Amino acid sequence: MIVLRALLSHWLQRPVQLASLLLGLALATALFSGVQAINAEARASYARAAAMLSQDQLARIKAADNQLFSQEHFVALRRAGWPVSPVLEGSLRLEQGRWQVIGVDPVSAPLGAAPVQMTGAGELLPFIEGRVGYAHPQTVATWGQGAPVPELVASPDIIPGVIVLDIGTAQRLLRASGLVSHLVVPEGITLPDALPDGLVLTGPKAASDVAQLTDSFHLNLTAFGLLSFVVGLFIVHSAVGLAFEQRRAMFRTLRALGVSLPGLMGWLMAELLALALLAGAAGVVLGYLVASFLLPDVSATLRGLYGAPVAGNLTLSPAWWAGGLALALVGALLAATQSFWRLLRLPLLAPAQPRAWMRASALGLRWQAAAGVALLVICLMLIWSADGLVAGFAALGALLLGAALILPVGLNTFLALVAGRARKVTAQWFWADTQQQLPGVSLALMALLLALSANIGVGTMVSSFRLTFTGWLDQRLSSELYVTARTQAEGAALRGWLGEKGVDYLPIWHVDITHRGAPAELYGVQDHPVYRENWQLLRAVEDPWDKLSAGDHVFINEQLARRENLWPGDQIALPRAGPMRVGAVYGDYGNPLAQVYVSNNRLLALYPDVPRLNHAVRVASEEAAALRDALVRDFGLPERQVVDQATVKRASLQVFDRTFTVTAALNVLTMAVAGFALLTSLLTLSGMRLPQLAPVWAMGLTRRRLALTELAQALMLSFIVMLCAVPLGLALSWVLLNVVNVAAFGWQLPMFLFPGQWLQLGALAILVAALAAAWPSWRLARIPPAELLKVFANER
Amino acid sequence: MSVRHLIALLVLLATAPLAQAQGFAGLGTEAEGFTQPRQGQSLEFPRDHGAHPDYRIEWWYFTANLTGEDGQDYGAQWTLFRNALSPEQSATGWQTPQVWMGNAALSSAQSHGFAQLLARGGTGQAGATSSPFNLWIDDWEVKGKDPSNISVTANGEGFSYDLHLNSDRPLVRHGDAGYSVKSREGRASYYYSQPAYTVEGQVQIGDRTVKVTGHAWYDHEWSSQPLSWGQIGWDWVSLTFDSGDRLMAFRLRGDGDDYTSGTWIGAGGAVESFGDGHISLIPRQTSQVAGREVPTSWTVQLPKRGVAVEVEAINPDTWMGTMFPYWEGPVTIEGSHTGRGYLEMTGY
Repeated sequence: MIVLRALLSHWLQRPVQLASLLLGLALATALFSGVQAINAEARASYARAAAMLSQDQLARIKAADNQLFSQEHFVALRRAGWPVSPVLEGSLRLEQGRWQVIGVDPVSAPLGAAPVQMTGAGELLPFIEGRVGYAHPQTVATWGQGAPVPELVASPDIIPGVIVLDIGTAQRLLRASGLVSHLVVPEGITLPDALPDGLVLTGPKAASDVAQLTDSFHLNLTAFGLLSFVVGLFIVHSAVGLAFEQRRAMFRTLRALGVSLPGLMGWLMAELLALALLAGAAGVVLGYLVASFLLPDVSATLRGLYGAPVAGNLTLSPAWWAGGLALALVGALLAATQSFWRLLRLPLLAPAQPRAWMRASALGLRWQAAAGVALLVICLMLIWSADGLVAGFAALGALLLGAALILPVGLNTFLALVAGRARKVTAQWFWADTQQQLPGVSLALMALLLALSANIGVGTMVSSFRLTFTGWLDQRLSSELYVTARTQAEGAALRGWLGEKGVDYLPIWHVDITHRGAPAELYGVQDHPVYRENWQLLRAVEDPWDKLSAGDHVFINEQLARRENLWPGDQIALPRAGPMRVGAVYGDYGNPLAQVYVSNNRLLALYPDVPRLNHAVRVASEEAAALRDALVRDFGLPERQVVDQATVKRASLQVFDRTFTVTAALNVLTMAVAGFALLTSLLTLSGMRLPQLAPVWAMGLTRRRLALTELAQALMLSFIVMLCAVPLGLALSWVLLNVVNVAAFGWQLPMFLFPGQWLQLGALAILVAALAAAWPSWRLARIPPAELLKVFANER
Repeated sequence: MSVRHLIALLVLLATAPLAQAQGFAGLGTEAEGFTQPRQGQSLEFPRDHGAHPDYRIEWWYFTANLTGEDGQDYGAQWTLFRNALSPEQSATGWQTPQVWMGNAALSSAQSHGFAQLLARGGTGQAGATSSPFNLWIDDWEVKGKDPSNISVTANGEGFSYDLHLNSDRPLVRHGDAGYSVKSREGRASYYYSQPAYTVEGQVQIGDRTVKVTGHAWYDHEWSSQPLSWGQIGWDWVSLTFDSGDRLMAFRLRGDGDDYTSGTWIGAGGAVESFGDGHISLIPRQTSQVAGREVPTSWTVQLPKRGVAVEVEAINPDTWMGTMFPYWEGPVTIEGSHTGRGYLEMTGY
């Protein structure tokens, strides 16, 4: 017990160090387990949605033109013996907000296809009568008093924002009397060959689609979580390392007094585990907070990007607790390995001198540098040889870790060079002292490097993406108005109406096809100067537009081109059309599906029954509003069928921006962790450095000068790290844009440089360093001279 | 066809939305607002062949004893239930508070196929009209100008049938001119039958199609009042004797307090109803069916008509594993009279 008390007394004397150890471990655990929780929750949501709303997994009959159709088809098919069940979906806009309504017929619905838990008795009548609906608890909360369906029953399995009602109620609320949006077909049923006119059978949406699509997103999050964890481990490592270093004298004394090495190690291990458990528990709670803070944005992102439903709430499961604690334990042990190793080899009588430590670590540094270089080589090899998302992320990891490992060596070499050139004595001392400090702060600097370069890399990627995306939107949305007719007849009338008014329009008609077993979109494009002028093709044959119009060439999107390695000049086989040549590859950001453009005439020849509903209306921007009004008022289209360019752009960019909210938040958190690592390192160093500072002070440097020197050192080191972070960050974003993005989404993005961002980030890094160094410096400036004098008295 | 399926309908009322049985929860039912059967109100045809949505429950029931060209005995069953969730009469379309349920089965000594369908009222997916006489749910259908000459079709997994039923005999009104009392407390329903169809048609079992002939029995019954809950189940027979006489008899099982009733239909057309106590139905032998003990052999006695017969299931395994499971199947008759018929038992 005396041993334990002796060991623990260290922490009592250095509460800040204790706090940094606990906080570091807690932060690392929090970020990692928080991100894991988000991932787990999102995946669980998909699984739940897939299981409960198995409608997506059932084949369905819908109108070829995707419009609502008469429920008489439902009755006719039922009476012909086909056990289909009607569903009406639509969006319900009320004063209080907007909801997605799914109307089902619980009596005819196949098991599990009515996402309603009507387990109790007598629940059918209130449902049929429209008195009761079902929704996710979150949705229930938004459903105010006086809503058209008086009672919503909370069902956690329903996707948030969706209200499940009886089909009759849905028809009433959506003003679609007698209409349905589709019929679900139970599993194992073979439908008649000939469906009623205008109806088509579509296969089930594979549940794995969503999982595949969102995998890259989750991998992205996981990578960030790991990065945070590594940065957090740096903190723990430095805290544990310093605690060991500072207690060397104590260990020596304890050993000299007869405590056995295994006994001492045992006590230290127990101490470490206790601290890790404490910090781990705090970390799990913190992680929960992080996750619940970020989850709404994550779910919004997933919904916006992929249409993947994710509930916005979180449950704290025992497995998660266990995982978080285990992570903290493993992390602490990992961080302490080196310290334990040193303790094991501690010569009983050798004095613990920082200078000796520095010299000894020079050898370690060389090994570290070698490892770093090896990692960079691995990174290059991965980029050159392997493809796929995992390889991409592995390359990222190798790049970051390798660069981080090389940093101390680079800094050391740099400082040695500069110190050699310094003329003034104080300057020489400044550089030498900085170099001396390096081993103590190098871990924190590595953490800072990682955080900064991640920031630059991700920032560059996001901004490049945004720039490309907006440019692409401008190309794509070259017309002022986009008008969608509800039926084929209305479409024909619309074209007539526009023709009478002398308004130019372009058809945007497409059919869903299957290309090599995967869903794809086949669009018709009408030859028009607006396309020729605005569309920037990534790669093309000569005169691509003429060849497209001629009908034997197609344009394909980059996703398809990369997936199947099809480039201009290559042959592509399309259903019905037979072999065609690829005329061009175009950027198609944000679309998970393969897309093929043929000339509109060709499309009409191949698919005479293609729904002719969407139209781009060419009108001068100042006349757009008037035409829009006329379309609604005179022609009689509902407002939502007419969309102007600005609205589409705004909506697209909103989705885009939300996508990266989470990334940005994690970026900020990583920076905070890195800043904290720097603070703890400087704080603990400042205590250890008194023996080195005291002689300088004794020689006449004021405490104020010393404090300023201290601050300058921190700022200078941060600045150098910042300088290193820029190329590393750019390398990172290059890998993200050219390797990870291609693997994850199927498109490559041009890289744009944003020096303004770097400046901002540099300022932020300096600020973080200044904040971190402020306290130790302030303490140094205020240190009682007696403390400095004591150094000489206690001379070892 | 007396009180059978009252409980089935109440269960339907409680759990129809799930197409899976959820126990007997929610059986606390009130008949308030529904029209009640009244004694002395005569049935009117063809009007009363159709649906009576102001009554809570209603069913149309066909059972046929058939002989195939292969010499085998078959039994076919076609049932349509209508259940009103509320007495509301003004609602239309999907809001119509009517739920329809169809049960069908085809049984032989070795096989038994059955199926069930559910449908909402108000859309045309299921319904009943009096003139022309048409009963349907999905692709199961009973169709004719009136009940005297109809086609009956149904299908399920592994079976289907297409039968033509013909009868020139008058309809039989049970109880007091169609007012059929169900318990000592005076619960009652309207109940009439066509017990004397001749049948021609074909049945399909697996991929085997067999031409069949035989006789069939049709019941139509509607009411609003549920059973008293002391009554846990019932046993019902429709017997067609080779003599040309027919007997419908049922026994309601209470807590040691059974209620029996029935109708004698003479070969010459004379109809006589028998109230509680005149008819006895006594189990002779039980079989292990679907994990329970079910009496598949009975003694049925009506001393006043000299009836003392043993009724024996052709196939003891004709269990209807539907939402509300019960036993129903063709039987042979031996004893004072011989012949064939149908037996239904619930609550086992």
